[in-house]
Amino acid sequence: MRILKTVRLTAEIAGTSDLGAIYRSMGCDYPKFFKMDRFCKLGFLVTERLLENEPERFVLREDRAVAVFTRSGCLDNDLAYFKTVQPEEYFPSPSLFVYTLPNTVTGEIAIRNKYKGDTSAFVLPAYDEEAMAVQMDALFQDGVTRSALCLWLECPPDGPFEAVASLVVPDSV
Amino acid sequence: MRCVWCLSDSIYSPLARGSEANLSALLEGRSGIRRYEAGSFGAGEPFCASLFDRSRFDTSARPLFEQVLEACTRDAVSAAGIDASSPRVLFVLSTTKGDIERIGTEPADLPLCVPAMRLAAAFGNPNLPLVVSNACISGLAALLQAQRLLRSGRYDYAVVSGADVHSLFTISGFQSLKALSASPCRPFDASRDGMNLGDGAACIVLAASDSVPAGAWELVCGAVRNDANHISGPSRTGEGSFNCLRSVLQACSKEELAMVSVHGTATRYNDEMESVALSRAGLSDLPVAAFKACFGHTMGAAGILESILCMHSLDAAVVPPTPGFSDLGVSFPVNVSPEPRSASGRAFVKMLSGFGGCNAAMLFRKGGEC
Repeated sequence: MRILKTVRLTAEIAGTSDLGAIYRSMGCDYPKFFKMDRFCKLGFLVTERLLENEPERFVLREDRAVAVFTRSGCLDNDLAYFKTVQPEEYFPSPSLFVYTLPNTVTGEIAIRNKYKGDTSAFVLPAYDEEAMAVQMDALFQDGVTRSALCLWLECPPDGPFEAVASLVVPDSV
Repeated sequence: MRCVWCLSDSIYSPLARGSEANLSALLEGRSGIRRYEAGSFGAGEPFCASLFDRSRFDTSARPLFEQVLEACTRDAVSAAGIDASSPRVLFVLSTTKGDIERIGTEPADLPLCVPAMRLAAAFGNPNLPLVVSNACISGLAALLQAQRLLRSGRYDYAVVSGADVHSLFTISGFQSLKALSASPCRPFDASRDGMNLGDGAACIVLAASDSVPAGAWELVCGAVRNDANHISGPSRTGEGSFNCLRSVLQACSKEELAMVSVHGTATRYNDEMESVALSRAGLSDLPVAAFKACFGHTMGAAGILESILCMHSLDAAVVPPTPGFSDLGVSFPVNVSPEPRSASGRAFVKMLSGFGGCNAAMLFRKGGEC
């Protein structure tokens, strides 16, 4: 695979750890952002930064894949959901439960950008460019995929968030 | 391009251990589905599910999830007769929630790479395992990605294991979405009112070579497509599911197909969506197999477990039954039956759809040319 563009997003880069503040500073109008869990918010924001100057966005397409790599996935939200099913305070939250899968963020990005292609989530023990490149090269074997968003997303319950998003194409393009 | 085919397989479900034993149970009309009253597993409402009997497992040293995952994987690897410690072998884990049962007690073990690395280490395998967590389509997504990696020549074998076991976390969550039935689920039936969850593990050992041995099942091709519509509800037009079918059907003629195995969760919306997708793909007449009325929704195992059941039932020239089906309750015809039927054809399609708007389909063909 070949990388066309990469952006990183951390609290240090953004000057704040408040994902809502980063959203407001970017001036995009997508109120659904506020329904998302932290993991999806992070994926949404880093993707917006990656694609902000792309021509012909928001046109239905099947030829772009979205692959998310993570260690902790949505564990932060899993813990929030788990708090709603304690014996003493049992009131399971459907709005939290729907975000308890690490691939939900790929769906949010697909909806936002009108991508009808391959969407996948993979779990790695740590950020690993080589391991990610191997999976992206494999994804390009799909006869339809011509480009892909390759995302590393990490927002563990007990640590800082980190996102790296790349727009990649096969070597042959 | 190298062919990728199934060298061995195994299923470990609450019904039975072994692929053939599970198929026999299904064909004999046995089911893993039991009713659990409110309060079971801490859940607020009654539900039906196919679950391992927890009293038969000692989970003090090792969680149930890892026990059934490793036992099932050992069965398949042993049957394959491969050296799983070779660097030419890749381990792949498909799971939605892994060891989520222990949330609140062992957060350090919850990242899904942890059980995958333990599994690979138990076989002495030196490679970083691939972990696919793509909601309900994980099993097919894992097989598909493994197929691509094998075709690239990077590995000769892939041990693709899928597993999930249920707990308060998933049971309460699906109840909060009103997705679970308190009765045995009835895919595609007019009276269907939700799904049953299922514990389970399944494993396929894939091999790559220049040709497919006679009688072996080849993974011909697969596709994953997103609806780009909603994160927790299926598309009304069956968009992603249809796009997957359209993609895999390019590699076969409809006359070759013995059946299609649907996702068939028995929720109102999933089964309706699949009827639309099948109709758009011109597959309304094809015999359909839906396994969740017997095994429940086995989540990360489902794509592998249900593909194995298809392969073994077609080896016996049988289209498996869909227990509990009586009256069709979807908008377009779906050829589903509560009785086993004779099968003709040497190929089938497995379909899945899941949260995050993802869909998958995979075409399997017996023997044949590359």
